[in-house]
Amino acid sequence: MKAIEPHLPVLPVLIPLFGALISAFFRRGTMAWGMALVATWGAAAASWLLLAKVLATGQPISYLMGGWAVPWGIEYRVDVLNAFVLMLVTLVGAILMPYARKSVAHEIDQHVQAWFYSMYLLSLTGLLGITVTGDAFNVFVFLEISSLSTYVLIAMGRHRRAVLAAYQYLIVGTIGATFYVIGIGLLYLVTGSLNIADIASRLGSAPPEFSRPILAALAFLTVGVCLKLALFPLHVWLPNAYAYAPSVATVFLAGTATKVAVYLLLRLFFSVFGVAISFKTLPVAQLLLVLSVAAMLIASLSAVFEENAERMLAYSSVAQIGYITLGIALANQSGLTGSIVHLLNHAVMKAALFMALGAVVYRLGAARISDMAGLGRRMPLTMAAFVLTGLGIIGVPGTAGFISKWYLALGALEKGYWPLVFLIVVSSLLAVIYIGRVVEAAYFREPTESNAKTKEPPLSMLVPILALAALTIYLGIDTRVSAEIAASAAKMLLGGLK
Amino acid sequence: MIPKLTPELLVIGAVIVPLVGGLLLPFFHRTPNFREIVTLATAAKLAFVVWSLLANVLAGARPEVNVFEVAPGLELAFKVEPLGMLFALVAGSLWIVNSIYSIGYMRGNGEPRQTTFYVCFAVALSATMGIAFAKNLFTLFVFYEALTLSTYPLVTHKATPEAMRAGRVYLVLLLGTSMVLLLPAIVATGVLAGTLDFKPGGILAGKAGAGVLGLLLALYVFGIGKAALMPFHFWLPAAMVAPTPVSALLHAVAVVKAGVFTVLKVVVLVFGLDVVSGTPATTWLIYAAAATLLLAALTALAQDNLKARLAYSTVSQLAYVVLGALLATKMSSVGAGMQIATHAAGKITLFFCAGAVYVAAHKTEVSELNGIGRAMPVTMFAFLVGSLSIIGMPPLGGSWSKWFLAMGALDAGHRAAFSVLMLSSLLSVAYLMPIVARAFFMPPEASSPSAGSTLQEAPLACLIAIGLTALMCVALFFSAGIAERLMIAALATR
Repeated sequence: MKAIEPHLPVLPVLIPLFGALISAFFRRGTMAWGMALVATWGAAAASWLLLAKVLATGQPISYLMGGWAVPWGIEYRVDVLNAFVLMLVTLVGAILMPYARKSVAHEIDQHVQAWFYSMYLLSLTGLLGITVTGDAFNVFVFLEISSLSTYVLIAMGRHRRAVLAAYQYLIVGTIGATFYVIGIGLLYLVTGSLNIADIASRLGSAPPEFSRPILAALAFLTVGVCLKLALFPLHVWLPNAYAYAPSVATVFLAGTATKVAVYLLLRLFFSVFGVAISFKTLPVAQLLLVLSVAAMLIASLSAVFEENAERMLAYSSVAQIGYITLGIALANQSGLTGSIVHLLNHAVMKAALFMALGAVVYRLGAARISDMAGLGRRMPLTMAAFVLTGLGIIGVPGTAGFISKWYLALGALEKGYWPLVFLIVVSSLLAVIYIGRVVEAAYFREPTESNAKTKEPPLSMLVPILALAALTIYLGIDTRVSAEIAASAAKMLLGGLK
Repeated sequence: MIPKLTPELLVIGAVIVPLVGGLLLPFFHRTPNFREIVTLATAAKLAFVVWSLLANVLAGARPEVNVFEVAPGLELAFKVEPLGMLFALVAGSLWIVNSIYSIGYMRGNGEPRQTTFYVCFAVALSATMGIAFAKNLFTLFVFYEALTLSTYPLVTHKATPEAMRAGRVYLVLLLGTSMVLLLPAIVATGVLAGTLDFKPGGILAGKAGAGVLGLLLALYVFGIGKAALMPFHFWLPAAMVAPTPVSALLHAVAVVKAGVFTVLKVVVLVFGLDVVSGTPATTWLIYAAAATLLLAALTALAQDNLKARLAYSTVSQLAYVVLGALLATKMSSVGAGMQIATHAAGKITLFFCAGAVYVAAHKTEVSELNGIGRAMPVTMFAFLVGSLSIIGMPPLGGSWSKWFLAMGALDAGHRAAFSVLMLSSLLSVAYLMPIVARAFFMPPEASSPSAGSTLQEAPLACLIAIGLTALMCVALFFSAGIAERLMIAALATR
């Protein structure tokens, strides 16, 4: 243990990376699943140890790859913010893994199941790598690792349209990555460095003739990352990707991928450029504000009119990402706390909802709202979990969603943006309608013939669903692990700029 | 062995007892008799708990319990103040009677899914107690939403397309108003006042300009959708598709009274009477309440469906409370508080009677009630008592609340409000008395097959409940002192 401890920051990346390598050699899906389970839980343990360590010392942990000094070598740098994101990504993964076995066995051909787990682990590697690294170019490398493996995951979907959805995402994702690399190139031009902390300190003293390339870099980076996090109107790839990917991949993507992209945006705005450049020179905050509100309202409306339950939840995700970016645009303590805590809260709630739908797909083979008629009596626990986490998405007090909404509304009011408060709550009213449609189908419509014979999913799927539903309530009542850490992360982001 | 019943324990008990009772019920799913005993025992225990608290509160104690802090500034905490005590007494006492009635009604009608029904009912009562004893706006909001959600399955109990549509209206209007108007108002109160705690004399005095306070007050008055101020009243007539015991206890007592109680509490303990009467926008809100009062009474006149008529009557009578709160004088506030108690007893009686008529004769329309008083004399006599109480005739409870409200209107120098009150009393005579007159004086329709010998009184359990609530209407006339003392204590600004 003593020998490993100094290397703790690389473990969340190394464990799934080697896990991916090993699981690709298995022929049987179950063996590969076992590897994925061990690797995910290993990464989770390492991440949680890191978070505990950061919280205990209050200092960021720096790890130099191969002992090369910054800014030449690659630095892994863990502070409260990315330790929190590591925790939430691995939390979703860790709860997802027990669920995955039956669902994957049901939806994916036997001979490619091992590939699926291998790709999942690569994707996890990429996401954790983006989060943990302190090197801007290294972020790009991990971004590509996670993106490429995600395209494969989506393309493995049971529906032929999955291939198209994967291709759509590939185009958009490549544009995003290209923009990102152009932005980083410009920054390298100006500062001669790729280390995030180093870039930040050099940007402050950059000569005035560099202000134009800096703004260009800001623009390229913002658009590139916003493509990945599916900010309205750059979200068109998301509903198809979520709807046609295998259920397990959807849960994983919805819970983690967009969250890591948001983390990257936070890092760029607040740690690399700082509020002075991000929000003062260009109307980035105003633009982000308008787009966030548009996401909250328009995507929620799309969800209201969506017949396919998975696409409905996907649009809901776009709307919820709007909440998160809204807090970033507010850029004050309460708003940022709301954003960061919603990363976790939304990850937990959306993962639970997609898992419940995955259970429906497991039993019925489809997840249109009309297919869910009468399920309230046939799958009472699954649907109860769906309703509970749905209440969380709506933001009913006592659930996690309320906490996020409270901080965001507080942030808006502290800025004096009265009307914004109303837009926030109107969006949650729309959530009442789209969640309500599923409730009406499940509880008021007579079950169809096939539905009448169905029953709860196997225990290995049911328990993770119920665990996440319980977590939704827990995070709405005890916010020590969520809002308190989020508040200190927000303070760090805002405080580093004085 | 039994821990000493400290007031603090009683406060927690009031919220926990119905919840635990409700969660026990599914275990008795297969033995309905035991299930009913559990319901009755839980209701009796709750009544015992709230009445035990009363002595403490009258003696000047304000027991409080801080459960825990959810996030900085958001604390789940209870504190018994006199206003909440009054509301808890009303809801807690009527639950027993209503449970007796439910047993008769649900069995008499052979309703499905009775266990779910009793579970949701108990959870709703737990939420009601949480609202009554909330120490701050956050706690109140938590239980307010819990009450909406726990009553939704009761409204949609019949699971027909009609019930589903009513459920939609119910959820969208109640959740909509509370999330879109009430929640921003609470957030704004927190930002302006720096606290969410209820405090004698209010927490907002001098914290913002008259314009902002007026807007805030409007957000509260309309955002508390359970108070059913027009135009957000549609959920109440829609909710009448629920089984009658639900309409009786929840949509004449617990849910709607939770609404007007919250309005009263916000006026007295968040704004303070002086701030409300000193805000120019209050005048407009008074007009809104007065308009609701009259329009709902007029609409009630036009309803042939008995429960719909009673529902609109409730909308009108709730506006009395809102009006009394907004007039913001001591008299009017005392009247508003009393109206919560007296209207509860009167209206629950009327709904019980409507349900009894439905169980015994399967009649739902006023025009079908000709001569029914001959077959169901007890029921229809109780209906008369309830009606007179709502109209405000002595010696019935309702006369006190109407008296204090009228005096309050004169006190505030609001002649218009006074005239509206008087006019509305006439209207309530016009929409309630014809029902009694038809039942006793019109001959039964010859064509109706149920006329004559086949028709008889409702099940005994129903009749007992009806008798008890009718007696309460009378008792409230003679013991209105308790309500008055509680209200005066609630208004003390110290």
